[in-house]
Amino acid sequence: MGDNLILKVMAKALIPVIILFALYVQFHGDYSPGGGFQAGVIFSSAVLLYALVFGLDAAAKVLPDKALIATASLGVLIYAGTGVASMFLGGEYLNYSVLGKTAQSGQHLGIIVIELGVGLTVAATMLLIFFTFARRTRAQ
Amino acid sequence: MDYILGHINYWIIILLMMIGLYTMMSKPNLIKKMAGLSVFQTGVILLYISLGKVTGGTAPIVAEGFTEYSNPLPQVLMLTAIVVGVATTALGFALIVRIQEAYGTVEEDELEKMDSEV
Amino acid sequence: MINLIIDIVLLVFLVIMAVSILHVRNLLAVSMLFGLYSLLVASVFMVLDAPDVAFTEAAVGTGIATVLMLATLAVTRVTHEKKQKRVAYIPLLIVLATGSLLLYGTHDMSNLGDGNAPAHTHIAKRFIEQGQEETGVPNLVTAVLASYRGFDTLGEVTVVLTAGFGILLLLRRNQKLRIKGVQGG
Repeated sequence: MGDNLILKVMAKALIPVIILFALYVQFHGDYSPGGGFQAGVIFSSAVLLYALVFGLDAAAKVLPDKALIATASLGVLIYAGTGVASMFLGGEYLNYSVLGKTAQSGQHLGIIVIELGVGLTVAATMLLIFFTFARRTRAQ
Repeated sequence: MDYILGHINYWIIILLMMIGLYTMMSKPNLIKKMAGLSVFQTGVILLYISLGKVTGGTAPIVAEGFTEYSNPLPQVLMLTAIVVGVATTALGFALIVRIQEAYGTVEEDELEKMDSEV
Repeated sequence: MINLIIDIVLLVFLVIMAVSILHVRNLLAVSMLFGLYSLLVASVFMVLDAPDVAFTEAAVGTGIATVLMLATLAVTRVTHEKKQKRVAYIPLLIVLATGSLLLYGTHDMSNLGDGNAPAHTHIAKRFIEQGQEETGVPNLVTAVLASYRGFDTLGEVTVVLTAGFGILLLLRRNQKLRIKGVQGG
């Protein structure tokens, strides 16, 4: 097995908990401190733990570069797209009140959707940065 | 005395900012410069957040039983500032990596000498 | 009062850490000090009633910036700063001048925590009073960030994306990925 056994067992126990916490912070950001940025960074730290313990190649097989670039761009697209959707429904750009039946429910829905976009972009970008730096180390 | 107690927070934060600025300006090592820049940035963010504090208030999350809330507006602006700061820092470190590969050093005076020789 | 004492003590710790970041020559120690510095800053944010900002600073400052500095040290293989021979006088003069101007500027500011300061009486009052009923979100920071100032947040997310693309352009090497065998069995 090797001397990595403790690290591997602990990482397997911790990574799902960290990802669950990231999802909690993302979606509970309306009622407690949290939101998209924090959740994205916590999610990227879970994948970073996986890459440190199991190797960069294993992490890159789960999340190849193309998928990360696509996810990062998708996050910004969701954010800007919500604004455009508000324009189609009659309001101004990024006016969420027109997205629901009442102004308040529209605002709440708009906030949840854009925080999701923010979380996706931040997580994907942080992972891209780490993987790029790490590959530069290995290639020397 | 009240004036000193009320303002010493700002004075210490300005001292922090100036230490960061001095690190950034006087140390020739590029990585130290980035650390100094980060210290400076966190000092500025501390100054703005301490502007938003209200004595007897609580965190700006509406909850039962609390009437006084701290000001949410500086916190929102500083959230953006922190994230943009780390994006700048990341790009700075990438540039340092490329500089090291091209010149072989990350000390500013050696870089100047190499550039002027060419 | 106890809040103020905790605040001042933490700030004095921060000044000590900043001075040691300035002086220590071993760059690995500087990155460790930097991570500790970010954690102390997050604690100060908690004392100043800003849990969202503390969360972000702890995650981003301690997590991301410190790991980036360590990765840079690993790639460039720099270990120590070169020993400096001369004291830098001009930066010291500039820093003293800027610092004294800033200290002169704080003369006008209200005491820490004053509820009647101009910062709290204009639009912040409207956010606190009507934020939850207009947006349906009790966390006022999220409400202002995502709804009242949503355009700024769009710019921020674009900045993060641009930084990611910039780093890809600077550091990406187009080489085939070697598939190594599973290490350690």
